[in-house]
Amino acid sequence: MRTAWIALGLASVFVATFALAQGAADKRRSGYQDMGEALQKMQDDDTANPGMLFVQLGEQLWSQPAGAANKSCADCHAAGSMKGVATRYPAIPKDAAGKDVGGPVDLEGRINLCRTANQRAEPFAPESRDLLSLEAYVASQSRGQPIAPPPDPRLDPFRAQGAEIYRRRQGQLNLSCATCHDDNAGKKLAGVTIPEAHPTGYPIYRLEWQALGSLKRRLRNCLIGIRAEAYAYDAPEYVALEIYLMDRAKGMALEAPGVRP
Amino acid sequence: MTNVLINAPKTARPGEIVEIKALILHPMETGFRPGTNGRIIPRNIIERFTATWNGVEIFRMEMSPAIAANPFVSFFAVATESGTIGLRWTGDQGFLVEEQVAIAVG
Repeated sequence: MRTAWIALGLASVFVATFALAQGAADKRRSGYQDMGEALQKMQDDDTANPGMLFVQLGEQLWSQPAGAANKSCADCHAAGSMKGVATRYPAIPKDAAGKDVGGPVDLEGRINLCRTANQRAEPFAPESRDLLSLEAYVASQSRGQPIAPPPDPRLDPFRAQGAEIYRRRQGQLNLSCATCHDDNAGKKLAGVTIPEAHPTGYPIYRLEWQALGSLKRRLRNCLIGIRAEAYAYDAPEYVALEIYLMDRAKGMALEAPGVRP
Repeated sequence: MTNVLINAPKTARPGEIVEIKALILHPMETGFRPGTNGRIIPRNIIERFTATWNGVEIFRMEMSPAIAANPFVSFFAVATESGTIGLRWTGDQGFLVEEQVAIAVG
């Protein structure tokens, strides 16, 4: 009985310090905190969050054999082994033999790499439902974990490139990402609170899209919004931006699959 | 591949009002939108949702093209007897999904 009380006491101390560490020192806000209560509840309830439909789909795909190798994801990766993986991407991937493969990729790119190299199947089309569902299934296993970009010095030039794009004015409106999301975050843009652009919930179920979408889709949206030309889906600029944004959101809790208005 | 998320209590007291929530994956294509080729995408919606309690209908809903994709339905029922709650979605292009959840009353 007594040990139980001590454990409870310790647990509450831990919860309190955790809340302080997150709250007081860290002024960054996830888009979640700027949503209305109804949407927050929608995201928190796994039977009301439409993103969970895709997590379910992803779970089914996970054990479905594909490609010339006729292997499923589950044949190599144990259930639940993807915990924490989404917090580390984009990263420079390794192949099955432990050798580095090309430049940095995000989680979607990593899934497609596994698909082509190990399953020997056609890669999923960008933004396709199967790709997003698998990504959602993988990312949902890292829920609540802090975003932890890998301390890989080879990522530095890409991070710098991402930071440069983030601050570069572009498009007919001549705006940079930073104009809205650093300088004017928290203010209103046509009645909507401008978020701080922390990629905490991707892939997100955006009500406006009525579908799941990736961070790339969000970036394309923003680029079109500032009347700039969006990069092609496989452009390295997105990965560079993602590396920078994940670094910017380092330590914030992952919420995938997020719900956003 | 059908995909449904149901949130209903597993147990209830007799006479208790329970909330049943159901979310289903469906595009709810309105039939008014032109596709990339300029032609109208044919309508593809869920037309009807019904819920039964031990085979007796307790809730029915007719859906329209104005309802968003992946419709979420929530309704209430009075728990009277143990058994199964049956949920049934029917719609365009032969769409039919049936799901059941058990509930113990007592």
